[in-house]
Amino acid sequence: MKRSTIDLWVGIFVAIGIAAVTFLSLKVANLTPQSADTSYPLYAEFDNIGGLKVKAPVKSSGVVVGRVANIELDTQRYLAKVTLSLDKRYQFSRDTSAEILTAGLLGEQYIGLVQGGDPDNLKPGERIGLTSSALVLEQLIGKFMLNFAEKGAAKEGSPAGSSGAL
Amino acid sequence: MFETLTAPLRHLGHVTVNAIWRLGFASRFLLAILLLSGQSLRRFQLTIREVYFAGVLSLIIIVVSGLFVGMVLGLQGYNTLSRFGSADALGALVALSLLRELGPVLAALLFASRSGSAMTAEIGLMKATEQLDAMSVMAVNPIARVVAPRFWAGVISMPVLAALFNVTGIFGGYFVGVQLIGLDEGTFWSQMQNAVDLHNDVINGLIKSLFFGIAVTLIAVFEGYDATPTAAGVSAATTRTVVTSALVILALDFVLTAFMF
Repeated sequence: MKRSTIDLWVGIFVAIGIAAVTFLSLKVANLTPQSADTSYPLYAEFDNIGGLKVKAPVKSSGVVVGRVANIELDTQRYLAKVTLSLDKRYQFSRDTSAEILTAGLLGEQYIGLVQGGDPDNLKPGERIGLTSSALVLEQLIGKFMLNFAEKGAAKEGSPAGSSGAL
Repeated sequence: MFETLTAPLRHLGHVTVNAIWRLGFASRFLLAILLLSGQSLRRFQLTIREVYFAGVLSLIIIVVSGLFVGMVLGLQGYNTLSRFGSADALGALVALSLLRELGPVLAALLFASRSGSAMTAEIGLMKATEQLDAMSVMAVNPIARVVAPRFWAGVISMPVLAALFNVTGIFGGYFVGVQLIGLDEGTFWSQMQNAVDLHNDVINGLIKSLFFGIAVTLIAVFEGYDATPTAAGVSAATTRTVVTSALVILALDFVLTAFMF
């Protein structure tokens, strides 16, 4: 069997195909190999995670420092237990606080970490104590409506009251 | 009188029976290809030759179409997204629509019209000029020697071409969105990376193109092998290849999408 020029062209063709698939998986799908060597887990418990999803980014000062690895319901205390997988380069102090934020008005939800002042850092597998839940739009509207109704009732009771509704 | 009334009915019956008969023959043909593909895998040179004709020579049309499809997606996507103030999501829109649907489907349609029709014409003409019969006389099985290498070449080429179509399409969208319109480059890529999932989007798209490759090449070699061995017969078979492939690709795409996403 002799080598021919067709072999060369087919070789180039297949190489282009492999390069294309590699590009799609690495650059487009962002499959960065996050092994246990480069990341460490942390836990955080929230009353309500809203629309947070697995793989959502974890940001500190807007910089992505990790991803949400797992979300489950703690069936003893009925809180959402979120496992974060953070980059080993970024260490956070023990009084770091975590909150669920939304990118833009209707954008995806992510976890924001705010560094505390404690000199000791969180160790892998530890729990972030200070958390604040996601803002759920329906609850906000519900609170606003309740507030509005109460004010309206107060206003009817005393017509001299100011028109302080929002 | 009675004859003229029943003629359309008889024609309909004939067409239906013929279609079912051909479907059965195509299934048996696929089985025969799979059973007889030992030679095309052992003598891989045969398959490589066909990969050259079916795949390598399709590169130009795939790259150019991919580029233009991506550029159109970039322009149209920008116009629509900017109305809702979310032009930043252009990267995600371009990548997802290409990876999930447009890449596999358009690459398969192009492949069917460029390489599928060529396969049908070649095999049909071999049949018309009695080359296939000559092979049988020499104890060379024409399915093993002529059909199977072409089938495997199509199955190998299709995912490669679809992946290439996706990549050039994404670069077309990048060119229009970032270079011409002036979106932020970092946002374009990071939105894309956040939205695209390796398994859901990239792998499923490639699985789709693999199915399309099997369907298109099977139709092409079957129509060629089954062609009426005349000039008009080969011409009709080539037309049927392109039409049937297009319909099967789109129908199969619906089924696969329903399963995958």
